Amino acid sequence: MAKRIDVTDLNIFYGNFKAVEGVSMSIPPRAVTAFIGPSGCGKSTVLRTLNRMHEVIPGGRVEGKVLLDGQDLYAGDVDPVAVRRSVGMVFQRPNPFPTMTIRDNVAAGLKLNGVKDKKRLNEVVEKSLRGANLWNEVKDRLDKPGAGLSGGQQQRLCIARAIAVEPQVLLMDEPCSALDPISTLAIEDLINELKQKFTIVIVTHNMQQAARVSDQTAFFNLAATGKPGKLIELDSTSQIFNNPSVKATEDYISGRFG
Amino acid sequence: MTTVTDAATLSDARPLDLSGKSGSRAAKNSIATVVMSLSFAIAVAPLAWILWTVAVKGGHLLLNASWWTNSQQGITARRVGGGATHAIQGTLLQGAVTAAISVPIGVLTAVYLVEYGRGKLARVVSFMVDILTGVPSIVAGLFIYSVFMTTFGMQRAAIFVCLALTLLMIPTIVRSTEEMLKLVPNELREASYALGVPKWKTIFSIVLPTAFSGIVTGILLGLARIMGETAPLLILGPYTKAIASDLFSGNMATLPTMINQDRDQALQPAVDRIWAASLTLIVLILILNLLGRFISSRSKV
Repeated sequence: MAKRIDVTDLNIFYGNFKAVEGVSMSIPPRAVTAFIGPSGCGKSTVLRTLNRMHEVIPGGRVEGKVLLDGQDLYAGDVDPVAVRRSVGMVFQRPNPFPTMTIRDNVAAGLKLNGVKDKKRLNEVVEKSLRGANLWNEVKDRLDKPGAGLSGGQQQRLCIARAIAVEPQVLLMDEPCSALDPISTLAIEDLINELKQKFTIVIVTHNMQQAARVSDQTAFFNLAATGKPGKLIELDSTSQIFNNPSVKATEDYISGRFG
Repeated sequence: MTTVTDAATLSDARPLDLSGKSGSRAAKNSIATVVMSLSFAIAVAPLAWILWTVAVKGGHLLLNASWWTNSQQGITARRVGGGATHAIQGTLLQGAVTAAISVPIGVLTAVYLVEYGRGKLARVVSFMVDILTGVPSIVAGLFIYSVFMTTFGMQRAAIFVCLALTLLMIPTIVRSTEEMLKLVPNELREASYALGVPKWKTIFSIVLPTAFSGIVTGILLGLARIMGETAPLLILGPYTKAIASDLFSGNMATLPTMINQDRDQALQPAVDRIWAASLTLIVLILILNLLGRFISSRSKV
């Protein structure tokens, strides 16, 4: 089910301003790829182009190719809405829908796309909540509002919601930065399990998290403020953290800047 | 330059002056407090006076059950008796019809302005709404009269009152709905897009339900405002003493026109009824206002 992503010569614009330049990379299936780099270097921007969320921002524009198992996501006849059903996303701050119950939140992706069969919806809800390690905690209160959970539980709810639509790829934009260390650990364990089924790309500010969680790491950086961000180095996690080839990578890893 | 060094040497020599409020500062504080309280009293006094007068002069009629169930049919200015149900029903019916027309148009316009409008059309629409906000109610009434009565030659009826009131209600609803939609956090929209939900569905299934109680409050407050508008009623809605439910022909009574009908009267029964009708109108608007605030206090956003 999980697919690989191949990015070729990606340039990302906000209106006329070039934010990211010339990114080319391969993201292998059933593995976790981490994007690291200092603030403002474009890692979240690149992440958002992988599921065509970048163009939701007024003036957002992309040049280049993003291939999902060979299919170009930016081809002229491709529907962005369909892309987002195959490439799911979890955001930095948990954002469960406030007017919906926990059950409805998890089923939202399916219900809003026309699935009405109650039996199937309930099965999917249970499967996704188990997959997100949240089932035991909420199985008795599925009909309570989604906003009544703790931060870590809400984020796991959002992950359950994202995996309920059975995407090929799961994008995670700093999913633990708003959470306490215990919830962070729970989610990192979850990512370890999820990677057996999904391709995962995670943006993180926390280098230690990238080292713990990912198989492959991509280091992004800006040449200077106002210049576009670039992909500096992409390699297996152990190589990047123990033996980086580019000096900038080594400086960032050892904390000389960032 | 020299002052800096002087100050530096001075502050090293003397202890800091941390004593309590100086006499003149305390006096200024008291004067300001008195002035503010006085202004508040002057602003509130006429309101309190109006409410007191209307309640005292009209209250006794409202306590009669027949006020709420009988119309003025057969009652002249000289006779005591009858009720205001024809006017109450007329006001409520016209309010409901006005809301039924204004709410869909207003809410959908606000949705367009917030969710879709980026270019020139949105700016023009927003500007037009701003202008409509300032249109005097008599001009709205005259406009409807000139279109339907003068140009099309139709007869005056309650539906035309509703059309004039719609012109006044739409801008209120557009602005308040806009504010509530902007309060919905963008991350909810993003979460929905990321699930592969199309934009229009996101708006109707996520954004509008989240903003729902705020939108309802805006509608109720808009309704409370137009229920008291009298100028369009004077132009387009002639009075009758009987209960009427036909929107498209004949006269329909409303509370403002009931008040207006007998305003020149000197006979006590008529005068009592005017005060009672005024109190009824105030009470109705108060109930709508309180309902609006109650709903907004239970808002989930």
